[in-house]
Amino acid sequence: MGDWMTVTDPGLSSESKTISQYTSETKMSPSSLYSQQVLCSSIPLSKNVHSFFSAFCTEDNIEQSISYLDQELTTFGFPSLYEESKGKETKRELNIVAVLNCMNELLVLQRKNLLAQENVETQNLKLGSDMDHLQSCYSKLKEQLETSRREMIGLQERDRQLQCKNRNLHQLLKNEKDEVQKLQNIIASRATQYNHDMKRKEREYNKLKERLHQLVMNKKDKKIAMDILNYVGRADGKRGSWRTGKTEARNEDEMYKILLNDYEYRQKQILMENAELKKVLQQMKKEMISLLSPQKKKPRERVDDSTGTVISDVEEDAGELSRESMWDLSCETVREQLTNSIRKQWRILKSHVEKLDNQVSKVHLEGFNDEDVISRQDHEQETEKLELEIQQCKEMIKTQQQLLQQLATACDDDTTSLLRDCYLLEEKERLKEEWSLFKEQKKNFERERRSFTEAAIRLGLERKAFEEERASWLKQQFLNMTTFDHQNSENVKLLSAFSGSSDWDNLIVHSRQPQKKPHSVSNGSPVCMSKLTKSLPASPSTSDFCQTRSCMSEHSSINVLNITAEEIKPNQVGGECTNQKWSVASRPGSQEGCYSGCSLSYTNSHVEKDDLP
Amino acid sequence: MNFSEVFKLSSLLCKFSPDGKYLASCVQYRLVVRDVNTLQILQLYTCLDQIQHIEWSADSLFILCAMYKRGLVQVWSLEQPEWHCKIDEGSAGLVASCWSPDGRHILNTTEFHLRITVWSLCTKSVSYIKYPKACLQGITFTRDGRYMALAERRDCKDYVSIFVCSDWQLLRHFDTDTQDLTGIEWAPNGCVLAVWDTCLEYKILLYSLDGRLLSTYSAYEWSLGIKSVAWSPSSQFLAVGSYDGKVRILNHVTWKMITEFGHPATINDPKIVVYKEAEKSPQLGLGCLSFPPPRAGAGPLPSSESKYEIASVPVSLQTLKPVTDRANPKIGIGMLAFSPDSYFLATRNDNIPNAVWVWDIQKLRLFAVLEQLSPVRTFQWDPQQPRLAICTGGSRLYLWSPAGCMSVQVPGEGDFAVLSLCWHLSGDSMALLSKDHFCLCFLETEAVVGTACRQLGGHT
Repeated sequence: MGDWMTVTDPGLSSESKTISQYTSETKMSPSSLYSQQVLCSSIPLSKNVHSFFSAFCTEDNIEQSISYLDQELTTFGFPSLYEESKGKETKRELNIVAVLNCMNELLVLQRKNLLAQENVETQNLKLGSDMDHLQSCYSKLKEQLETSRREMIGLQERDRQLQCKNRNLHQLLKNEKDEVQKLQNIIASRATQYNHDMKRKEREYNKLKERLHQLVMNKKDKKIAMDILNYVGRADGKRGSWRTGKTEARNEDEMYKILLNDYEYRQKQILMENAELKKVLQQMKKEMISLLSPQKKKPRERVDDSTGTVISDVEEDAGELSRESMWDLSCETVREQLTNSIRKQWRILKSHVEKLDNQVSKVHLEGFNDEDVISRQDHEQETEKLELEIQQCKEMIKTQQQLLQQLATACDDDTTSLLRDCYLLEEKERLKEEWSLFKEQKKNFERERRSFTEAAIRLGLERKAFEEERASWLKQQFLNMTTFDHQNSENVKLLSAFSGSSDWDNLIVHSRQPQKKPHSVSNGSPVCMSKLTKSLPASPSTSDFCQTRSCMSEHSSINVLNITAEEIKPNQVGGECTNQKWSVASRPGSQEGCYSGCSLSYTNSHVEKDDLP
Repeated sequence: MNFSEVFKLSSLLCKFSPDGKYLASCVQYRLVVRDVNTLQILQLYTCLDQIQHIEWSADSLFILCAMYKRGLVQVWSLEQPEWHCKIDEGSAGLVASCWSPDGRHILNTTEFHLRITVWSLCTKSVSYIKYPKACLQGITFTRDGRYMALAERRDCKDYVSIFVCSDWQLLRHFDTDTQDLTGIEWAPNGCVLAVWDTCLEYKILLYSLDGRLLSTYSAYEWSLGIKSVAWSPSSQFLAVGSYDGKVRILNHVTWKMITEFGHPATINDPKIVVYKEAEKSPQLGLGCLSFPPPRAGAGPLPSSESKYEIASVPVSLQTLKPVTDRANPKIGIGMLAFSPDSYFLATRNDNIPNAVWVWDIQKLRLFAVLEQLSPVRTFQWDPQQPRLAICTGGSRLYLWSPAGCMSVQVPGEGDFAVLSLCWHLSGDSMALLSKDHFCLCFLETEAVVGTACRQLGGHT
């Protein structure tokens, strides 16, 4: 408050202070100047501005303020508020257009700034949340890192243990191997030792045997004999022959004969086996040729010539083989040819089989197109036909879609209603409930409004009564001037009650004469008013009511104020008057609306406070 | 299936003559020769002591009876009952005696394998062969009887001598690359000789008749090696059973291994039929009475019945934990036998003693497994068809054929514990031997067997 006072005197105010003042004002100005609505809704603010404006610019210093503003604006790059001066001497006129432009520009700027601020704020919020998010992420990642590090350490430990184990196992294996080697060596040495011992023992044994043999055999043992009735004939009926070189040779011959027989027998078997195999081979070959030859004509065109020659080769071979003489040839002479031809044929067969496989797979892939060969014309015709059909089908589908859409639009309302009906019962119930709630609320509001209007009416009535009373009182006073009888208490009560009810008019009055009445009500009244507005429910109806009330009070107060201005002075002096104020305050509170009583008490207290210093 | 009455027997000595006409059996020191068809005693010979070994000569004319304790061999003639021959080995002692393939010579091995004496029944001549090797199977004759292979040991080296049996002339003599030769065996065609080493080393060598080394095969080292060897009747395969529980089949062309048959304790392949013998408590009035018992009302009913059940795979067979720190551990393939047509091979893994494994040689895979309730003592193929007879030392005889298998209770007084069996040449009958008795079991021809099987009911 003190600041404003100084600001009103530009000569005294410092530059910096005015600038801050100015900026703060510009900040506030949009809310106050821009919309009347806002002004009405936020009364204290508007009041502040009001008072502020009045503080900055008074009727006395309009010129100075304008010039000051002009200076300021020009320094900020706005066009001058004054009209272009035609002559140096002529007093520069205030250019309303420029002012308005400036104002507008300022407002635009303000709005821009506000927007920017908002943006910045949201950005800030966003960034803050981002920051939080990032921080949480960071902490999470840190935790993860920690856990993974721990895990890694665990794994490393395990790895190390495993490696240890592995090393141990390797060692064990090595040991085992050594052991095995050792044991094998032992076995081998034992074996050699055993063999050695055995040999020695056997030699001894042989010696003993020899001796025994000599002892037993050389002694003419009578007992060793054969007692036989008569010698029998040989099984084959022949007589035994003497052993001579001849018999030896014969035995040899016989042995070789036996061996030879055996080998011959085996050879025969092998030959037979061979013949069997050859027969099988021949048959296979024939079958192969018969299998391959019909295709030979066709593939020969495609397949490279080598196979063709091979096939011809095969044919030659087959021709050769079919000859009887071929059978008797030993394998060695024919082997190469045979194996070669067989290999070639086998290759052909293999490739053929592979081709067949490929074909089969192709058939599988392409469906049945390849299976029966269709001429290209037929094929094309068929495809054309099919394409036509497809076109027709597409058209049909389109028309159907259109029809469907039409139908859908036609019955759209119905469908929506249907859809609405389709809401769940629960939802309906809920809506109903909500509806009833709303209704109740509305009722409440209505009641409130009624009560407010009633209160207003009552207030009006009261006021009327009061005015009447006052008029009577004035009349009485007027009459009493002569009678000398003081009825102070009543006077004070009335005054306070009056000041509390019409405070802002009061304020205006005060602001008009700040020097005269710098203390008392000017401070207390706005607070009281704000309290009052606060106590009222914030709703349009109440604001309306406020407006109406303010209008009323304004209307009534103006004529009153002129009187009260003089009346207040004696009130302030009296110490006894405060006591009376209290006593009075309690009285209307019981009878009238609660808020009015409240406001009264508040104003009183404030008045009291202000009075104290 | 019919059973003869039970005859006395000692030392499990009971043999069919090679021509299939006679049956020789020993009771203490007496030798009894019966007609196979009538079972009537044809001859009765009395020896000097308890007979320990008998052998028919190849022409079924003579029987030798060896009394090792006495060092004596007595030979009897079937044609001339009064003919007699006694060979005394004297102080040299006797550990083995056998006929030469011609049926006119007897080869006696003296104690300590000092020598082999070849006694002739035709002439006075006596031949001696020195240095025979003391081993499991040191003498082997070719199927045609022409040659004899003999394992010898001289100067700590193994040799094989091939003799011509007709005049005992040495044909070939060669050393073998073996540590300690254990066995030799001619291939049925008489042209290849298989020689295998001691169980300490897995090594089998194949020699031609003329002494050439054809091939050597060794499956592994440093472990117990070959336990049993068998030629297929076609001479095409050589089956080698070893201590690692596997049978390896070698072919006759390259002498390389064709395949190996493992004998795992669990069988998972659902294609393999596993016959499991199951015992059932007796049920009176069942099949066993339906066929005529040879001696009506003689024996009490069998205490229990057994039959085969087809087990569902996987089957785990009963295994024996071998004692590995003793000599001759009960592990590995101890018994091997090809069927006469070479189509099947029957084996027994000694640490799964209750099971007989039958392998299909044509497809070279396992064909069937028979798990008995008690350890298999012996098995033998029917000489005529793929039919396997098994005995487990119980009172039952088990028969397997590709069509299926069956168990047959041997009727008789008390328990007839079949310890051994031998087929008749024709495959129509077989002798079942217990400790003190023997009986013949007659198998009918296919059709009759079929009805018999049906009659047996619970046994099949």
